[in-house]
Amino acid sequence: MASGWTKRGVLAGAAAGVAAPAVLRAQPRREPLTLLNVSYDPTRELYDDVNRAFAADWARRGGGPVTVRMSHGGSGKQARSVIDGLEADVVTLALADDIDEIAARTRALPAAWQSRLPANSTPYLSTIVLLVRAGNPKRIRDWGDLVRPGVEAVAPNPKTSGGARWIYLAAWGWAAKRLGGDARARDFVTELYGHVPVLDTGARGSTTSFAKRNVGDVLLTWENEAFLTQRELGGQFELVRPSLSILAEPPVALVDRTVDRRGTRAAAEAYLRFLYSPAAQALIAENFYRPRSAAVLARHRERFPNMEVFTIGNFGGWTAAHRAHFAEGAAFDRLLARARRG
Amino acid sequence: MPGFALTLGVTLTVLSTVVLIPLSAVVIRSAGLGWEGFTAAALSERALAAYRLSFGAAFVAACVNGVFGLLTAWALVRYRFPGKALVNAVVDLPFALPTAVAGVALSALYAENGWLGAPLADLGVRAAFSELGVVIALTFIGLPFIVRTVEPVLRDLSREVEEAAASLGARWTQILVRVIWPALLPAWLTGFALAFARGVGEYGSVIFISSNLPFSTEIAPLLIVIQLEQYEYGAAAAIAVVMLAVSFLMLLVINGVQAWSRRYEG
Repeated sequence: MASGWTKRGVLAGAAAGVAAPAVLRAQPRREPLTLLNVSYDPTRELYDDVNRAFAADWARRGGGPVTVRMSHGGSGKQARSVIDGLEADVVTLALADDIDEIAARTRALPAAWQSRLPANSTPYLSTIVLLVRAGNPKRIRDWGDLVRPGVEAVAPNPKTSGGARWIYLAAWGWAAKRLGGDARARDFVTELYGHVPVLDTGARGSTTSFAKRNVGDVLLTWENEAFLTQRELGGQFELVRPSLSILAEPPVALVDRTVDRRGTRAAAEAYLRFLYSPAAQALIAENFYRPRSAAVLARHRERFPNMEVFTIGNFGGWTAAHRAHFAEGAAFDRLLARARRG
Repeated sequence: MPGFALTLGVTLTVLSTVVLIPLSAVVIRSAGLGWEGFTAAALSERALAAYRLSFGAAFVAACVNGVFGLLTAWALVRYRFPGKALVNAVVDLPFALPTAVAGVALSALYAENGWLGAPLADLGVRAAFSELGVVIALTFIGLPFIVRTVEPVLRDLSREVEEAAASLGARWTQILVRVIWPALLPAWLTGFALAFARGVGEYGSVIFISSNLPFSTEIAPLLIVIQLEQYEYGAAAAIAVVMLAVSFLMLLVINGVQAWSRRYEG
């Protein structure tokens, strides 16, 4: 009978489909090993360098050829892609909250992921600075100058950009300390976003608006992005370090579920450990991120002067900061509504 | 009529898998919010401002295209001129160009330091990073819809009808309004509806040329993306459902008008 035939055919096909991956896995790996690093927007140049150095290092230590593929985008969007099934071996995102979100929603890595690597799993640091036009025509020296009449400050949207969350918290932290208290900070940040003429979806978008489209008087951005913009479009911009800013700690993590399924754990772990090596730390500093290594940092002191900073700990960690500031209907949503309605 | 069952069957199957099932998934996702959650997400003040911009800008852009697309189609059908083949090809470019590329190009052009943005800024008009910027982007992507729907109808319009009208003493304005326009209207409406619908859903080009400020220049599709970024899948679906419902109603009305305008045709 025809239907019996078909059914048996389907079953046989299904059995073959189930058996096939096992057969493939049993064979020795022939093609070069690949890792997928899902990262955020401004790390393109950094990981170009790091990946090349890691491949050489891994081969030298007898690991065989390895290629690290990259995926870049807004940090939150990248986290969502991983949650929705993008097979990342490692994630290197803008803030811990996005990796927490992956851990909580997929259980692809343990909730305590951040304690698995040195220094809270953050091999490099950055901070938030102000980039102004050459000659600093509006005389912007600190956060307080951003809300003077006639000053326009370009920043991305904290809802869609990881960097923008650090910017928002940096402004809030400065105001809470210098103006005194959270109520004052709320007023200041409300006023600040009233001075934002273009709210781009990512840090790179804001850089483009400010540097190429000539929008605004000052760009609020990552220190590394400010350096990069200066290098690409030298002479047109000046970097202004505010009197107080936030220590941005972009974390990295292994995605256990992916590496165990693909058999890439050893290489992926080595890759993340490599970020802490002197060679990688030097590349990190060259790409304008602040290295963890004190020795490497000392060699680049001129580029990375000491700044007074506070950490996400001031806000009770990312989970608390998210709930208080960035969740639906939390502080940011409320102050936007206030800022727009005047 | 032979083949009816077959063609209708295939149509319904394809329509279901490609359009209806994905859309019903959106509705089901938003249903998870409950009625209060749904209205809070879909009818918040910010969402209402975003709908106003998305539908308003798409409507204005479709109107602009309605005029200039018609003129373009007229020029392409009725006249011979050097470079006509080139113009003909250029009209289709907005179909082919990735919308992000269009957005980047338009925002560079219309920014205050751009070729067109600078003279406009001197006149006190802010083109990029404003509502006007959104309209410009939607006009760009909508243009070919009107041209390409009107063009074949215009080409098939027989000259004898116009000549007959002229020989009966009609002035050229009368010919235009009472002979040509009624014949073009159904196609023009189809083009208008297509351009409008395309504009409502557009995301890629707009986010580059708009300043994306909540309550003023934030389009509804961006608000959906923002909701997704914060893992609010239900809220994103709720906004999508409102957009779907409004778009569907408007397309239904336009199709109704179109059917009415064809009422004398065989």
